[in-house]
Amino acid sequence: MKIAVCIKRVPDTETRIKIGADGKSIVEDGVKFVLNPYDEYAIEEALQLKEKSGDGEVVAIAMGSAASQETIRGALAMGADRGILLQTDAVSVNPVTVAKVLAAELDGAGYDLILFGKYAVDDSSQAVGTIVSELLSLPSVSAIGHLELADGKGTAEREIEGGVEVVEFSLPAVVTADKGLNEPRYPALRGIMMAKKKPLEVKPVELGDGGMTVIQLALPPERPEGRIVGEGPDAVPALIEALRTEAKVL
Amino acid sequence: MPFQGLDFLDVDSLLSEEEKAIRDTVRRWVDDAVMPIIAEHYLDGNFPMGLVPQMAELGLFGANLPEEYGCAGLNNVAYGLIMQELERGDSGVRSFASVQGALVMYPIYAFGSEEQKRAWLPRLASGEAVGCFGLTEPDYGSDPGGMLTTARETDDGWVLNGTKMWITNGSTAHVAVVWAKTGDIGDQASIRGFIVPTDTKGFSAKDQKGKLSLRASDTSELVLQDVHLPADAVLPKSKGLKSPLMCLTQARYGIAWGAVGSAMACYEEAVSYAKSRVAFKRPIGATQLQQARLAEMVTEITKAQLLCVQLGRLKDAGTMRPEQVSLAKRNNVNIATEVARETRRLLGANGILAEYQAMRHLANLESVYTYEGTHDIHTLVIGQAVTGLSAF
Repeated sequence: MKIAVCIKRVPDTETRIKIGADGKSIVEDGVKFVLNPYDEYAIEEALQLKEKSGDGEVVAIAMGSAASQETIRGALAMGADRGILLQTDAVSVNPVTVAKVLAAELDGAGYDLILFGKYAVDDSSQAVGTIVSELLSLPSVSAIGHLELADGKGTAEREIEGGVEVVEFSLPAVVTADKGLNEPRYPALRGIMMAKKKPLEVKPVELGDGGMTVIQLALPPERPEGRIVGEGPDAVPALIEALRTEAKVL
Repeated sequence: MPFQGLDFLDVDSLLSEEEKAIRDTVRRWVDDAVMPIIAEHYLDGNFPMGLVPQMAELGLFGANLPEEYGCAGLNNVAYGLIMQELERGDSGVRSFASVQGALVMYPIYAFGSEEQKRAWLPRLASGEAVGCFGLTEPDYGSDPGGMLTTARETDDGWVLNGTKMWITNGSTAHVAVVWAKTGDIGDQASIRGFIVPTDTKGFSAKDQKGKLSLRASDTSELVLQDVHLPADAVLPKSKGLKSPLMCLTQARYGIAWGAVGSAMACYEEAVSYAKSRVAFKRPIGATQLQQARLAEMVTEITKAQLLCVQLGRLKDAGTMRPEQVSLAKRNNVNIATEVARETRRLLGANGILAEYQAMRHLANLESVYTYEGTHDIHTLVIGQAVTGLSAF
């Protein structure tokens, strides 16, 4: 069983983002970067599948700047066998260009399963995994909450409005992991030390802008301070009035 | 809000990627596993035993001992960072790991036979066995050489008699490393260490009740009454008072780091509270009095962090001297206690609640101030080192 997990280095969700002087990018100084949280579920699933099957290989693949090596080391510390960094300092907001670079690496490499997180928490495009499957002409199931593999086939469950959809598919395939797929492990401290001894291949790649450029980034407007309209049941009419006339949500 | 820590002077730049990754992993685990339950265990007065398998899985026990015995084989800076993060949660959690690693696994590793190491270290690393360390006695704390516990050699082994007090993990432990005199009661050189399975006949442990500090920790009194042990229970390479003192140097090293953790926990709470608590129509953090408090905390914590990193590098280089550990333990625990107290005060009435951390850390640190060589004893160790004159 050969499994690829595509991962991404993203700002910690607790980070307070500052917009740079160019108005188009974030200031990276002082920002803590982490492994995309959804990718943790993808790695954990890959590791569990490998452990269940008794053999196989889990390869962590990231595209990005040299700093993404640290993110790959994190996946190796959790237990992935080797890593590949598709290195570029370029950034594309077009998921198609990113997907093409990843697909070129994955194509013909013999993976039985390719896992992604359902989206990266930085740009939340939710598209790369699915486009990769399209480029490789592989079946894909997005945002899965449960996965079973047997006899060259997979069964995945995904939450949909008001219920659960069960999808059967043939392997190889691309799936993207949702929260709840599993409980990602902490890297064991020994794993962290061993991670630096595992192979990490760095391959320079070219990344076009895909015909899309960022014109401007803006922070959401500051939320105005709250107001207490009254206390107890007597306050209900005033609250309804405020929701109707001020917030205009009723 | 996950714990951010404090790094005013970019002390992180003195750490390797692996050291930071280890710190961050333990930090995250403390956020997830310790913080939600610690206040309740503190109030209930018991150690959260459910954490032990998780700590073992992470590799926190004896993390600086070699991999061939089931340990993580980390360097001493990484080990220190683990202690820092654990104590950020609670001194009781750090104490558990300190005792297991530095006071039980370390003496077996340093003074034990190969058979003893193979028999015990993997079990202790995996958390399958919990250990405790019996040195202190009711009347002999700062002066352990005066101990009254004896080990008499017989035809087929040893017989131990005596009482030990203030023993962390004492009631929980499966195995105790007990120090006893094998010769005359006045002969410190005859002190040796023994591996005592706690189910041995004549061994009993009693929980020490009524603690107002380290409440999320098991502190017990051990009684050894004609405890018969086989000949191979003795740690063959242990010899004299120096052996247990070497263990204490290991544990004190971890405490110097741990204190920084509790200080950072309090500092973070203090800053957060100062920025959000409004009095006289402005955040109290906008007042000079509170800023002075915070500035003092940042300064002292930063100094303590630098002490730790340098001490760790010396330990890794094999040149660390016990009096240097005394300096770090003495200073760091003292400033952590000050930071906890000032945080408690900054928080006003809220500062006395278990919902906040400061009072819990403050109460804990009063024990840490006294255990593993009291503040005063470390003063004398440093004094002796610089004058060459003993003032004990």
